[in-house]
Amino acid sequence: MALLAGATKVLTPASAQEAAVMLAEAAAAGGRVRFRGGGTKLGWGVAVDGDWVELDVGRLNRTLEHNVGDLTAIFEAGVPLARAQAQLAAAGQRLALDPPDGGATIGGVFATGDAGPLRHRYGAPRDLILGITVALSDGTIARAGGKVIKNVAGYDLAKLFTGAFGTLGLILSVSVRLHPLPEAQVSARGVAADPGRLVEVVLALSAAPLELEALDVAWSGGRGAVLAQVAGAKARRRADRVAALMRERGLQEVEAITEDEPLWAAQRAGQRTHAGALVRVGARASELPAIIAAADAARGTLVGRGGVGAFYLDCAPAALPELLRSLPARAHPVLLDAPPELRVSPEQVWGAPEPRALELMRQIKRRFDPAGACNPGVFVGGI
Amino acid sequence: MPGAAQLIAHLQEICGSEHVHTHPHALAPYQSDGLAQYRQRPLAAVLPGTAAQVRAVVRACFEAGVPWVARGSGTGLSGGALPLADGILIVLARMRRILEVDLRNSRVVVEPGVTNLAVSRAVAPSHFYPPDPSSQLVCSIGGNIAENSGGAHCFKYGFTTNYVTALDVVLSDGSEARFERDAPGYDLLGAFVGSEGTLGVATAIELRVVPAPESVRTLVAFFEDTASAGQAVSAIVAAGIVPGAIEMMDRLSIRAAEQATGAGYRLDAGAALLVELDGPREECRQRFEQVATLCARAGALDLRVALDAAERELIWKTRKAAFGAMGRVAPAYFVQDGVIPRTRLAEVLERIDQLAAAYGLQVANVFHAGDGNLHPLVCYDSSRPGEAERAERLAGEIIKSCVEAGGSITGEHGVGVDKKAYMPTMFAEPDLDAFHRLRCAFDPVGLANPGKVMPTPRLCGEVPGPFREHPLEREGVAVRF
Repeated sequence: MALLAGATKVLTPASAQEAAVMLAEAAAAGGRVRFRGGGTKLGWGVAVDGDWVELDVGRLNRTLEHNVGDLTAIFEAGVPLARAQAQLAAAGQRLALDPPDGGATIGGVFATGDAGPLRHRYGAPRDLILGITVALSDGTIARAGGKVIKNVAGYDLAKLFTGAFGTLGLILSVSVRLHPLPEAQVSARGVAADPGRLVEVVLALSAAPLELEALDVAWSGGRGAVLAQVAGAKARRRADRVAALMRERGLQEVEAITEDEPLWAAQRAGQRTHAGALVRVGARASELPAIIAAADAARGTLVGRGGVGAFYLDCAPAALPELLRSLPARAHPVLLDAPPELRVSPEQVWGAPEPRALELMRQIKRRFDPAGACNPGVFVGGI
Repeated sequence: MPGAAQLIAHLQEICGSEHVHTHPHALAPYQSDGLAQYRQRPLAAVLPGTAAQVRAVVRACFEAGVPWVARGSGTGLSGGALPLADGILIVLARMRRILEVDLRNSRVVVEPGVTNLAVSRAVAPSHFYPPDPSSQLVCSIGGNIAENSGGAHCFKYGFTTNYVTALDVVLSDGSEARFERDAPGYDLLGAFVGSEGTLGVATAIELRVVPAPESVRTLVAFFEDTASAGQAVSAIVAAGIVPGAIEMMDRLSIRAAEQATGAGYRLDAGAALLVELDGPREECRQRFEQVATLCARAGALDLRVALDAAERELIWKTRKAAFGAMGRVAPAYFVQDGVIPRTRLAEVLERIDQLAAAYGLQVANVFHAGDGNLHPLVCYDSSRPGEAERAERLAGEIIKSCVEAGGSITGEHGVGVDKKAYMPTMFAEPDLDAFHRLRCAFDPVGLANPGKVMPTPRLCGEVPGPFREHPLEREGVAVRF
C-alpha cells in the first residue's frame, strides 16, 4: 500500500470509553481521524493527503457476548473475524459472512460492508447486524438496535453505520445474528465459454428451490464457470441435483466437489486486485453477459455472486476507462482496490450518486459528525 | 386553522375533490388504525392515485407548514397511522398496481397500496414473498416498509428490510429520491425501512422474491405447559434446525382460537407448538422427523401432522385466528409485541404469569417461539371499574420485563404512539438523540408523522451555524433540547 503525503499519529485506546474520548479530543482539536482494525482496507475510498489521527482499535478485541441458544453474539470492533469464527465454530455456529480475510476485523468488515460468497443466502453485513454501539466525534456514545433477532424499536442506525466507511463515527461493537454451522458442504461446478450459457444456468439455479448457500460465477480469458454450494445433512444428494441441472443446461466438465474450500477461497481472492484495479459492480442477474463483455473489453477477470448480481472486475489500471465505458448504465461501479493515483476524486472511486440522495447523506453527515472529523473526504461525494 | 381551507382546496385540485374527505362521516373509517383505542380525525383524508399526486400533496403540505400522516391499509398495531387533528392523512390505498414482475431476476415492483399477499400471489407458484404478517390478506406493502414487518416465517427468512431492493420516496419537502440496495453511500434504504413513516413516504417499491420451497411439512405438538414446549424449541434450535416457522400458543389462546376455528386443537393442553419445516425435499423430510422426535422427547402429549394442504391450512388458521378470537374469552384486550432472547422464554413467561396473578387479570400468549417475539394479550373488561387502567399498567410491566431480559419493546408492530413512552426503558438519552439526528436529516421541519416513535417532541437544530430561535420557541410552545 503506497504511503500518502502527511503525518499519521497513531492512538491505541484500551477500551471503548477511551476510544470515544480520544475521538472527541481529536475532533475538538480540528483533527482528521480515521479508524484502523486489521489495516486491510485502508487503501479503499478516495486517497486523501494530509495529517491523520489514526485510532487503532486493536485493543477493543473482546467477545462481549455469545448467546449460543439465541444464535446471537456481540463483538467489539477490534475482534479479528477469523478469531470470532473460530470461537463460534466451537459451539457449532458461525457468522454467515465470508469476505476475503487477511486479518480483517469485525469493525472493518461492517464499516466497509465487505462480503463473500455466502452473501447469496445470508445477505451482506447489513442483513446480519442486530445492533450497534458507536462513538461520535462530539463525544457521544450511542446504541441502536439490540441483541435479539427481531426488533423494530427505534431507527436502524446499525444499517446506517454499516458500509459508512467510518465517516459517521467509530463502531465500538456490533451485535450479530448467527447461524448453525452446516453438517456438510458440497459444491458443484461447471464451465462454458459462452456467457449466455453461464447466465442461463445461474438464472435456473436461482429460480430452483435448492436453498443454495452460494451461487457464484467466474470469468477469465474467454472462459467462465458457475459454482454452487449446498449445505446440510443431504448435501451430497442435493449437489448431485445441481450438477445434473448444470449438465442439462450445457455446462462442461461438471463435477461435484466435497473438498470445496479451495474453490471458494479462489472466489474470495478474486475480490482483491491482482492486475492493479478492482471495480465492484451491482447489476441484475440477467445482465451477467454485459458485465462479462465489459471485463473482456478491459482484458480483465471477474468473480462474483451470480444470483445476487454483485460482481468484482479486476483489470490493469490503463484499461480502467475502457472497463467503465463498457459497463451497463445502472451498474454503480465502485473502484474498490487500486493505487492512490487512481483514487484521486470521489467520482473516480464512487461514481456520482443520485443528487437528492447525496444531499440527504450530507445532512446525515453534518448531524452525526458536525466537526467533520471522521474520515473526511474519503467517501461518496467527498463526504 | 388559518390556511386550512386553502390547503384543502389545493389538495382537491391535485387529487380531485372526490378523493379528498373532510366530512366527519367520511373521515370516520380513517380515525384509527388496528388499535381502536386511539382515535383521531384528521383535518382531511386525501387519497392520491399516482406518485406524482403523492409528491404534489406532500409539497402542498410543506408549503402550508401542515404535518401529515401516511396510511396504507390501516391494520397497524401501534397507532402509527393515527391521524393528527391539525394534519392531513395521506391514504395510499388507491395505489394498488403491481408495476413489474421480473421472475428471471427474482424481483417485483409495486405501488405502496398493494397488499402483502398480492405480492406472493403475483409470483406464485414458482416464487413467494417471505415476510408474511398474519394480516397479509389486507396489510399493504407500504405499511410493511414503515414497520419492517416480519411474520411467522421471519426466523428463517428474514424481514421486510432484507427484501427491499429499491424505493422511490417522497421526502417531507416534497422532493423525490431513489434509494437502492448496494448503491454507493449510506444505506438510506436500510434507514428508511422501519422508520414508521417519519422519514418520508414510499411511492414505488422494488422487492426481492425467492423460490417457493419444494417441500413443506407442518405439525402441531401439544404439551402440558409452555415450559416443556419451550424445551422442545431449545432442543430444535440446538440441533441446528431452522424451521420455516415455529409458533407457540398457551392454554387460553388455544381455547379461544379453537372455539373460532374448530380445527381440533387440544383444549387440555397447556401449550401448542406449531412447527413448519420447509426447503429441499431431502432436507425437509429428515429435519421433520428430527423435530417430531425432539417434541416427543420433550414430553409432547400429542403430535398432529398435516397430511395435505387443507390440513396445513387449518393448523395455520387456528394460529392466525388467535388474536381475533380473544374476543370470545375476554371483552377487550391489549395486544403486545415484546421480544426476549429465546433462552429466557420460560423465565419471562413465568414472570408474566406472576404479574397477571398480581393484577388479577388474564394474559393469553401467542408467540413466535424461534425468535422470542411474544404477543401477550392482556385481557380486561372495561365495564369493571378500573380494570382497563390496571390492564394498561400490567401491559407496561410486561414490556419492562421483556427489556430487562435483554429484549425489545417491539418485534414487528412498531413503536407508533402506543409504545413511545417505553422507548426510554430501552434507549438512553444519547441513543434517542442519535435517532433524532437521523430523523432531522430527513425531515428538519418535522412534518412527516410527528408524534410517533420518539417519546418527547423535539425540534431539529440548525447544523451548524448561529443559533436561531424557532417560531414555536418564541411562542413558548416548544423547548429546544
